[in-house]
Amino acid sequence: MSKMSAMNRKVIQTLAETISKQVEHFNKTEAECLIREFNLLLGEPTNTGRTVQGLDRARFRSILHHTFDLTDDIIMDGAFRAFDKDNDGIVSLKEWIEGLSVLLRGTLNEKIKYCFHVYDLNGDGFITREEMFRLLKNSLVRQPTEEDPDEGVKDLVEITLKKMDHDHDGKLSFDDFEKAVREENLLLEAFGTCLPDSTVITN
Amino acid sequence: MGLSLTKAAQWTTASSGTGKLEFTPMNESLLKEILCFVEQFSSQHPQEAEHVFEEPLQWRTTLVASDFKTEYDISEGLPLLQFSPPAVYVRSFSQLSKLVHLADDKKLEEVRTCLEENRDPVVKILGRSFATALEREDTQTDILSLVDKVKDPAKDSETKVKLCLLLQNMDKQILSKLLEEISEKVSLNPTAVKNEVELLKQLCSEGEKRVLKSLRYTSDFEFSNGCRTPLWRQPHGEICYLVIEPCDTETLYITYSTAGVFLNEGIKQEGEESGYERTSDVYTDLVTLLKKIACCYIPSLCLIMYFLSYTYSVYIVICWVLSALFLFSKTSAGAVPVELESSTDSEEEEEQPARHPEGNTDLPPEYWQIQKLVKYLKASDQKATVLTLYAMMDLNLMQETCQLAIRDLGGLEILLNLLDTKEVRCKIGSLKILRKISHNMQISRTIVDMRGLQRMVTTLDSPNKDLKALSAETIANVARFHRARKIVRNLDGIKKLVKLLDCGTPNLAQVSANQEKDVEVARCGVLALWSCSKSCKNKEAIRKAGGIPLLGRLLKSPHANMLIPVVGTLQECSSEESYRVTIQTEGMIKDLVKNLRSDNDELQMHCASAIFKCAEEKETRDLVRKYKGLQQLVSLLGKADNKQLLAAATGAIWKCSISTDNVAEYKHNALQTLVGLLTDQPEEVLVNVAGALGEFAQIPANKPTIGKCGGIKPLVNLLIGTNQALLVNVTKALGACATDKDNMTIIQQLDGVRLVWSLLKKPSPDVQSSAAWALCPCIENAKDSGEMVRSLVGGLELILNLLKSTNNEVLASICAAIAKIARDEENLAVLTDHGVIPLLTKLTNTTDDRLRHHLAEAIYYCCMWGNNRESFGEAQAVAPLVRFLKSKDTAVHLSTAKALYQLSWVPNNVITMYERGVVKVSCSVVVAAFLSPH
Repeated sequence: MSKMSAMNRKVIQTLAETISKQVEHFNKTEAECLIREFNLLLGEPTNTGRTVQGLDRARFRSILHHTFDLTDDIIMDGAFRAFDKDNDGIVSLKEWIEGLSVLLRGTLNEKIKYCFHVYDLNGDGFITREEMFRLLKNSLVRQPTEEDPDEGVKDLVEITLKKMDHDHDGKLSFDDFEKAVREENLLLEAFGTCLPDSTVITN
Repeated sequence: MGLSLTKAAQWTTASSGTGKLEFTPMNESLLKEILCFVEQFSSQHPQEAEHVFEEPLQWRTTLVASDFKTEYDISEGLPLLQFSPPAVYVRSFSQLSKLVHLADDKKLEEVRTCLEENRDPVVKILGRSFATALEREDTQTDILSLVDKVKDPAKDSETKVKLCLLLQNMDKQILSKLLEEISEKVSLNPTAVKNEVELLKQLCSEGEKRVLKSLRYTSDFEFSNGCRTPLWRQPHGEICYLVIEPCDTETLYITYSTAGVFLNEGIKQEGEESGYERTSDVYTDLVTLLKKIACCYIPSLCLIMYFLSYTYSVYIVICWVLSALFLFSKTSAGAVPVELESSTDSEEEEEQPARHPEGNTDLPPEYWQIQKLVKYLKASDQKATVLTLYAMMDLNLMQETCQLAIRDLGGLEILLNLLDTKEVRCKIGSLKILRKISHNMQISRTIVDMRGLQRMVTTLDSPNKDLKALSAETIANVARFHRARKIVRNLDGIKKLVKLLDCGTPNLAQVSANQEKDVEVARCGVLALWSCSKSCKNKEAIRKAGGIPLLGRLLKSPHANMLIPVVGTLQECSSEESYRVTIQTEGMIKDLVKNLRSDNDELQMHCASAIFKCAEEKETRDLVRKYKGLQQLVSLLGKADNKQLLAAATGAIWKCSISTDNVAEYKHNALQTLVGLLTDQPEEVLVNVAGALGEFAQIPANKPTIGKCGGIKPLVNLLIGTNQALLVNVTKALGACATDKDNMTIIQQLDGVRLVWSLLKKPSPDVQSSAAWALCPCIENAKDSGEMVRSLVGGLELILNLLKSTNNEVLASICAAIAKIARDEENLAVLTDHGVIPLLTKLTNTTDDRLRHHLAEAIYYCCMWGNNRESFGEAQAVAPLVRFLKSKDTAVHLSTAKALYQLSWVPNNVITMYERGVVKVSCSVVVAAFLSPH
């Protein structure tokens, strides 16, 4: 067992070294900690035979929920998509650490990219009216008295789209989004919280 | 005159004839009104006053021939005034008003008799035809046919019409005034009730115009006290019961009591057992009750009543309109538009405030947008809130209509409530809107009322820098009035704001991207402190919280947007001495001087202003010189267009020039520039310039320069102002200049001494003393000084009168002036006649050394005439003078010794001095003088 863990430690150390070189914002020790943490999160490897190991969607979501207080289903799915860069349905160790580096230490630029990715639900490179509507669907208390209870949300989507859509093509491209966020930082998480709160990070 | 007499006045007998006017308060005020009218008539309407009455007004006067002064012509060609005791005949208003003036304290009596004996004055004044034409009812006569009707086609008919109009106008005024009085008093006595009932009864008589069908008392029997109620009700104060049938509402049963008028339960006739209970509110009079209870038709009641009691009042309106046209057509064509223009002007002014609320109701185009967004805000979660706030930021938030709309639609409340949540982004969004709309004073007040400051001050503790900065910035906007500033202080906000200043960067010139936010937080903190520092207690709180060194550190910043609030706060606080000292010891003067060279006018202004205040301290003045700030200040005078900057710069120059070393440092052109600023400048600049010149003139070399630059004339011109600070500084400057002979000549040519002298009449002690000090060199250096002083009528009395002042500085300055005046023997004689000796003697018990010095000096000079020395002795001035020698001030010793020397010419005085131990005291003084290094 000790032999095993010794080997493990060595593996982890080399891994950490390579990762810390590839990923920004983390040094070697931090990377090492994150790898251990990842292994812990992974729990007992269910089938050791597989070369690619990682977090599946369910586990990823539960981690996001517990660690970063993210609750919205659509947002968590979006985050999973953003983390899972090779689109194989599993967040690998490298993907996890890369994602975390953005979440915890990312520059504004990286965060804009990440958020855009989360909000672009179908991954076509645009945030459309419909996507915005889906993201904001429940954010206004519905007034049962009104004819169309969604009217408020629709109107809000229109207003927002009009303001952010710089090239007037009726949808938000990444450039639109980036420009708008740079003008008004509050818009970074415009369609839902997808970054951990700064108070959570310090914990 | 007195058309109101027929109806409103209370005569002893109802029928006309030779009744007496009762001595009631109402008649009294009626008479006073008429008297006032008559008195002012000849001055206000000179032309009409000359009009000769148709018949003379005639009455038995109490005046006797000796009352008419010699210049008063009793018998003129046409007897306008005929006097054959005891009767007097008057034929014109001018004579009438003269006569009233003559009667003096009996004038009211005269008017009373005149009215009593001329029951129809209008007929006598205007002629019967005119009066009847006016009195006739229902005629649609206009003014011109009126003139036609008057058979007399004389040239003065126009005057007559005007006179008639004037009389009617007066009548109208008196009547409305009396009406007010009636309604005030009506609740109190039966006579007043009767009057009102009589007036109202007339409303029933008219045919179509009637407003009441009937009005009757329940009882015809009237007790001797005027009441018509059963005896057992009278203790309740009830005077009578009325039954009124209005035209269009049901019958009203009314109780008239001393407390007022009210509806009862229906007393129809005498002797009812019940129904006395009150069923309505109590009103002050019947008219008000009718107005309130049968409100549909009554609003015009007063007017109708008025018309009824005055048959020809209808004409008043018509006549006024026509006469206006009549007169206008006569005036030159140019005059009319001028009249109209001025009237529209005043209308506009009056309408301005009225239009304001209207402007508010003019909904801005954004109104509906705001309404929608506020609705969303109320219903949204965190995501939508941020987006809604984001949409709101797009509005024109600096526009008042938008700001008020946000408040009025309930948005302000939500924005403030958001500050209580944990959502940082919502708070930031909210504050981004608040910091803009809070520029509006009304919004600021509402924010305070909604406890907004409490929330913002709490937000200052947040770890989020954006939040801190935004809160501080909003507080800066809100804390523009006293109550808000007090709240910030009481919430410990000052301490929190001061904490923001510590941005931990020693070198503000090179700020890394990370530190930029800290610097921004500090900047917003200073902005808030700047606003708060307008309250004295906050200045103290900032100091206690250790704000001054932190401000000093920020003063090193190279950026104007940081420096302006920092220097602004410093200059605001420099009104406190503790700040001035700290600013100097912390080495901030150097930075202030450095920033005088900034290219930002506002910054320069605040720096100059700070130096202005700080230069009260000598060390500061020296430091300004050391850092070469003086010349920089002078160069700021070039920016003559910026008055605020100019005021600050001249102020700084003034205060800095209190140190003579500094004055020497200024170049010649500084003086020239300053003199140039003595004309066409706002008062705050003038005060400072005059102050500076006063200090400059302390150096002898500068005195002729000021004169040569043409400075004397504008200074003298400023003496007519009213600004106290300005007068003090101008007199000081003039006084300093007056020691130069050439300047003095100019001052005398411009009659400056008289102007300075007249300032002694001002109530302010500062002005008085400053003027008196300035007079001293003037008197000393003027040509024919004695003659000049004598030429000022009442001048010496004025001076002596000020010896009764309670202000020691005034007294000292006046004593000094007296010492100068008394050098002229003739003037000294006048002073003596006016009792200068007892006045000076009375002051000898003072302990103020400055006053003692000048007082002794004055006594010394006043001794040199007649037997003034003896008089001083008799007034017992010697003993207290001896005591002056015990003072520690050598100047007092010197002048006292001189005074005692003069007094010692009289043996009795010497005895007193001896008794008081003058020898011993003098010896000790002499010894002290020898021992002292001087």
